[in-house]
Amino acid sequence: MAGLLQTLFDALSLGSLYALGALGIALIFGVMRLVNFAHGDVIAFSVFALLWPSVDAVAVVFAGNMPWFLLVPFVLVMGAGLSVLSELLVFRRFRRANPATMMIASFALGFVIRYFLLMLFSSRPKSILLLPTLSQPVEIFGARIPLLQVITIVATILILFGLTSFLRRTRYGLEMRAAAENFTMARMLGVRANRVIMGAFALSGALAAAIGLILAAQTGTADIQMGSAVMLMAFIATVIGGLGSLPGAVLAGFLLGAASVVMQVVLPAEARVFRDAFVYGAVILVLIWRPQGLLSARGTKERV
Amino acid sequence: MSLLALSNVTIRYGRLTAVRNVTFALEEGETLFITGPNGAGKSSLLRAIAGVVPPAGGRIDFGGHDITGRAPEDIARMGVSMVPEGREVFASLTIEENLLLGTGMHAQARNWRSRSASELAAIYDTFPMLKDRRHSQAGLLSGGQQQMLVIGRALMTSARLIAIDEPSLGLAPNIIDQVYDRLIALQAQRSLTLLIVEQSSTRAMLVGGRMILMRGGEVMLDGDARAMGQSEALQAAYFGYGEH
Repeated sequence: MAGLLQTLFDALSLGSLYALGALGIALIFGVMRLVNFAHGDVIAFSVFALLWPSVDAVAVVFAGNMPWFLLVPFVLVMGAGLSVLSELLVFRRFRRANPATMMIASFALGFVIRYFLLMLFSSRPKSILLLPTLSQPVEIFGARIPLLQVITIVATILILFGLTSFLRRTRYGLEMRAAAENFTMARMLGVRANRVIMGAFALSGALAAAIGLILAAQTGTADIQMGSAVMLMAFIATVIGGLGSLPGAVLAGFLLGAASVVMQVVLPAEARVFRDAFVYGAVILVLIWRPQGLLSARGTKERV
Repeated sequence: MSLLALSNVTIRYGRLTAVRNVTFALEEGETLFITGPNGAGKSSLLRAIAGVVPPAGGRIDFGGHDITGRAPEDIARMGVSMVPEGREVFASLTIEENLLLGTGMHAQARNWRSRSASELAAIYDTFPMLKDRRHSQAGLLSGGQQQMLVIGRALMTSARLIAIDEPSLGLAPNIIDQVYDRLIALQAQRSLTLLIVEQSSTRAMLVGGRMILMRGGEVMLDGDARAMGQSEALQAAYFGYGEH
């Protein structure tokens, strides 16, 4: 029982990370038809924003010394800020370019961010003690669950809930959903393209920052590559979920998290090193079965 | 001063010239039909007025302002409401959400909610069917119902000019009659200016008003629809008799 509960929490917390990542990618894809490969680097950037530039192995914590109620908003604003900045400086110029061009631009932007961090911090992973109280375990029905896992899951649920009500209940959310379905028609009704796209980038950046926070707290390290593994899985989740579909992205994120954890448990010990191969194998099977994704987005028309 | 004035508008897609040197003006409260065979450049003209396709040459004025090359959202906010071909409802949004999108230009106004509510009530008054199903997805409506929805949505913008591209496309004849009945009633009620694109000129002659006939990207005829229907020039211009 305790073991089962532990597995469930592992699956949910890993799935949370993938779901948040997939959501960040799907939000931007929805309004711009852009697969933003710089998303993973926004994750790393928002964590490094807490540090003072140095090449030492131990991080020189700067903004990271703030109490949590300042630290969390600070990181979220950093992620959102970088994301909005990349829209203003880079992607806005590619609005009318074809999706492949935009995708390459996002690759390039990702490298720029990564090498910027590399210059300031070197490529060595740094140990960083972020909110240390979170690593203590709590007892739930006899299972010892790390507090951080519980917080990750609760935070993800709150974010999903908040985002859903934002999209459903507010004017801005309504415009975003309309723009994701048919941008040209939305503009012909007076919906401001720049405002909607900037909003999507800000939300996506804040989601990336949330992932950065969780990863840094979980692993105790800041690494300029820290976003790439999550980004890869999150990208796969958006495809499995049906590109452009937000509920699909979340669902597929959790499914991928669950698949990874369950494989870790059920695979024989000698096959466990090949776990990712089994997960990706499952991904291929899903895509053969439903090439359009689990929940395909309806009526996705051309962008701007 | 005319509400809408086009002078020497030319539209190109790459090497293809879709519209060539079109000039006409539309007065406030007027109904103008633009008719002509497939490929005459009617839809392109509407897309240029709405700002979706920037013209390659010429100038478009609306309400005394030069709107050539402005963004679609700016033009919409100035009072041009487009109902594009194929209706383009937001299928995943509810009917009410579709309608509310039309009020976006006042979203910043403090009284947005109350203003939208009274606008909504007026639209539901005109189209009771929309009210009954206001919380169901717009994609589930029939073609005729969707046409009513997009006309209602265009009205929500409190536009001065409503431009409709082929409102009768894919609809049964009795539904087309209904759509036009509503349109004409609304025009009288709200003193709207209407710009209607139709492939066939029969509807224009039935409704009356002014008609422009386009072919090959150019204006062939411009005059009173009923008077034009009497003359042989119409057929000749439509099919291009007496040329080549």
